[in-house]
Amino acid sequence: MTRGATLTASAALGLLLWQGLVWLTGVPPFILPGPVRVADELWQSRALIAEHAGITVAEVLIGLVLGALLGGLTAVALATSRPARDLVRPMLVFSQAIPVFALAPILTLWLGYGLGSKIAMALLIIYFPVTSSFFDALMRTPQAWLDLAKVMGASRRRIMWRIRVPSALPGFASGMRLAAVYAPIGAIIGEWVGASKGLGYLMLLANGRAKTDLMFAALIVLAVFTLALHAGVDRACRRWLDGRVVREAR
Amino acid sequence: MSRAPALMVSGTARYGAAVVFGPLDLRAGAGEWTCLLGPSGVGKTTLLRLIAGVDDFTDFRGEIRASDDLPLQGRLALMAQSDLLMPWLDVMGNVVLGARLRGERADLDRAAEVLDRVGLTAHRGKTPDRLSGGQRQRVALARTLMEDRPVVLLDEPFSALDARTRAQIQDLTAELLAGRTVLMVTHDPAEAARLGQAILILSESGLSEVAPPAGPAPRPVDDPETLRAQGELFNRLRGAA
Repeated sequence: MTRGATLTASAALGLLLWQGLVWLTGVPPFILPGPVRVADELWQSRALIAEHAGITVAEVLIGLVLGALLGGLTAVALATSRPARDLVRPMLVFSQAIPVFALAPILTLWLGYGLGSKIAMALLIIYFPVTSSFFDALMRTPQAWLDLAKVMGASRRRIMWRIRVPSALPGFASGMRLAAVYAPIGAIIGEWVGASKGLGYLMLLANGRAKTDLMFAALIVLAVFTLALHAGVDRACRRWLDGRVVREAR
Repeated sequence: MSRAPALMVSGTARYGAAVVFGPLDLRAGAGEWTCLLGPSGVGKTTLLRLIAGVDDFTDFRGEIRASDDLPLQGRLALMAQSDLLMPWLDVMGNVVLGARLRGERADLDRAAEVLDRVGLTAHRGKTPDRLSGGQRQRVALARTLMEDRPVVLLDEPFSALDARTRAQIQDLTAELLAGRTVLMVTHDPAEAARLGQAILILSESGLSEVAPPAGPAPRPVDDPETLRAQGELFNRLRGAA
């Protein structure tokens, strides 16, 4: 079977089990709606869901870009300077001991109910994986390459930008792949805690009004978006980071 | 390239309390190819790294200098066992790496010439993963030539190649590095007998000099005199280990 066929079969099996569970248990739709009902709701409320999804997508994408930039720069700074490493790394590790979930209310207090607090949540949740995997890769440059560069008379700055960073880009790519999965989680937590827009807000609202089918519809849209984001980031990483080639030959 | 000076090293290297090598007194003649032969673990590579100025951990007491008393820094090139090609650069990019690292304009015309001399013109746009081991070491040689330094340090640069490719690249390297002061670390007596204009053996007991076979290097692989010298070097090495 091709990959596409396997995936389709797997999805069909999942839907069948879901519908089977609904039939067998006979639970009312406000407890567990079947896939057909959810699909119908998805279609009926498409404008509403799309509006809220747009907000969440914007939060996630902005958070992802900012987190990549900030994480990338932090990793380079840490790899450049030993004092920075000694001072900042313990703080980074400590920050990971604080559950990001616990920060969401305070971020809402500081940044308000709008996009800002959700972007900050997405950024916070991806910052560490991006920084950490890029930094580790930067510290693993083969010593022989560094020696060669030194004999050639390279400055530390040029060794960083022409040898260490290019050789560590696959590590940065691993961080970005994780970030693509984490960033939506961050944004949704932010929306749960305090928002007036976004898929997380819509899910909470639907749940509170026992509109379970709408809740599921929003959840499915979120999951599909996360999968698409991960696939897109993975593709971009392969193209521009893992297999990056700098050409000099004319 | 400026005139090649002789290279002089005298002193003792320690790592913690352990002596890595020395005291020794080594001289690599100006414009000559000197082979430094020895069993593994006697500090050959450490010696080379100290000369190159990239060993920050070994405690070396003594002197490393050029016969013209100018600093060695900036006049050295290094070629190692591993080709050290950057996988994200094409062949041309690897050849001009030194200029890029110094922030200079890369002389792509000269790089093209150098690539022609090592026979890689057709491969100039390829990335290293698409080259054979021998081709990769040719790129490393081209990169070394591009640096155009009077003193060249070689750390077993041919040891990972198959016999036929090794002989070819030895010939090419000897031809293209002629006139430079070359110090080559090797553990292969055959290589030392073929290429050495001076041959030194480094062992735990110190440094000793062996007369190289007659005839200009690179000597033919089947030259009886070279083969005899190879046998003798092998016996000396066995004695030294």
